[in-house]
Amino acid sequence: MKTRTPYRVFRVVALVVVVLSMVAPLLWMVAASFKTNVDIYDSSKALAFSPTLENYTKVLQQANYVQFIGNSLWVAFAATVLSLILGVPAAYSMSRFSMKKSALVVLMARVIPGVSLLVPWYYVFSNLRMVGGFTVLILSHMFVSLPLIVYIMMGFFDGLPMELEEAALVDGLTHIGAFRRITLPLSMPGIATAGILSFIFSWNNFMFALVLSGADTKTLPVAIFDFVGYASIDWGGLMAAATVVTLPIMLIALFVQKYVVSGLTAGATKG
Amino acid sequence: MATVTTPAPASDTSAWSRWANDHRKWLFAAPAMAFVAALIVFPLAWTVYLSLTDAEGSVRAESEFIGFKNYLDVLSDTDRFWPAVARTVSFTGIALLFEVVAGMGIALLLWRPFRGERWVRVAILMPLVATPVAVGMMWRLIFDPNIGMANQLLGWVGIGPQPWLAGKASALPTTIFIDIWQWTPMVALILLAGLTSLSDEPQEAALIDGASTWQRFRHVTLPLVMPTVIVAVLLRGIDALKTFDILYATKGKGGGSFHEVETLNVYAYGLSFDYNEYGVSSTVLIIFFLIIIGLMWALTARRKKEAQR
Repeated sequence: MKTRTPYRVFRVVALVVVVLSMVAPLLWMVAASFKTNVDIYDSSKALAFSPTLENYTKVLQQANYVQFIGNSLWVAFAATVLSLILGVPAAYSMSRFSMKKSALVVLMARVIPGVSLLVPWYYVFSNLRMVGGFTVLILSHMFVSLPLIVYIMMGFFDGLPMELEEAALVDGLTHIGAFRRITLPLSMPGIATAGILSFIFSWNNFMFALVLSGADTKTLPVAIFDFVGYASIDWGGLMAAATVVTLPIMLIALFVQKYVVSGLTAGATKG
Repeated sequence: MATVTTPAPASDTSAWSRWANDHRKWLFAAPAMAFVAALIVFPLAWTVYLSLTDAEGSVRAESEFIGFKNYLDVLSDTDRFWPAVARTVSFTGIALLFEVVAGMGIALLLWRPFRGERWVRVAILMPLVATPVAVGMMWRLIFDPNIGMANQLLGWVGIGPQPWLAGKASALPTTIFIDIWQWTPMVALILLAGLTSLSDEPQEAALIDGASTWQRFRHVTLPLVMPTVIVAVLLRGIDALKTFDILYATKGKGGGSFHEVETLNVYAYGLSFDYNEYGVSSTVLIIFFLIIIGLMWALTARRKKEAQR
């Protein structure tokens, strides 16, 4: 379809406005993380400031952030891998055998407010003296990851033609063999999408870790939250901490954009 | 299937593998289902039970069964509960409205290919993947009444400083703005996926019939993409109702000193973990859960109707 020139000009202007309004606040956060607190308070130094790494050294060395980064990585990684192990075969079964009711049960987890599960979890796990350990934290994050993975993978398996599996059966493979040797290798793009999304959501999760993590298992979002609440806010340090948690995720999104978008929009166009 | 009769190769015919093969449907699905049951169904049942007790204080404390007293108390609480319901509804409603309208605008802008498309998409993906707590902190700095960039920008166009998150009346609208900033891209991407899946013929037919751009959007594109719009509203609506991170990160416990941004989720969280009122909080959560289920059910019914047309 041909587009007229005035529309093209409008479109470029509108796109620039959209991009700026999305990116400018984030750039502002990153800029502030390289400023001293004196410069943050001085509006004449909004853009012209001499960058300093002081905030980062403070956050990484004094405030234990290296450990929190490790905690976040471990929890997100473990929750994602375990959810994939449980979720991919389940999604396969639910897709191939149209187990609509079972799928609904798993997907309910996406709808339930997390707090309503946190209360009983907290009851059980604090009586078992497990609150503050990694096990509970990883389990709680799987509650977010598993439904997401089942949802994305069901859509993926729905779109995967059965012919190849049937051919494998003719060639003498068992059903499980066909799943392992034919379907799984073909599903790698779907598994990558589901895994990346699950990792991002787990990395960003705040509420579960806020209740269930302890001093040694604290994840980054909780660590950032703990940064405030004292007398006056150390803005430079806070922005450095916020950048430390956000940057890795933004880099993932930058490099595997296609997977992230297809995961986020999974199931959106089905009837 | 004709292939079922094919004999399996000799190496794979152990009793276990044959059993596994025959029961693969449940063998595959059961572990995930068991996990969900253990972590959701059972806890949810316990929440229902707790909502009928006066549990409070320590998790090891004794609690007594008090029937529906909590429900009566909560439903007649015009001080905290109903204002929280109102805030939840207006937060979700206003945010959704702006997100769908702006998201549709952005999706239409991105619909037809152009140079640099990839970079625009990366840019709008950024707010969406950014950690919500960090986003909350970022906007706290930008909206700081004294040193924030927002008031400086307003100053340049001659408008006086605003209290933003610090104001009693302006805190909720400001958090709605943050939600819109973060989640409009999500709606835009979903709608874009919907638009991209449409075929070109109806558009071309309308063009040949001499329909204007607006007419084509209103009478051709919009009805066709409507099922996707409903999916976007459904997915985003559920998450908007449950918004917690940015509210807690910007205003802290109880949604601020005057409960300015205390939605149902923040209220229930505060009751549970800041005040240890487990019984009452469970009641609020059950009511909240019922509201969500009700809304979802209504929207799904709408979507089915839309899909049939």
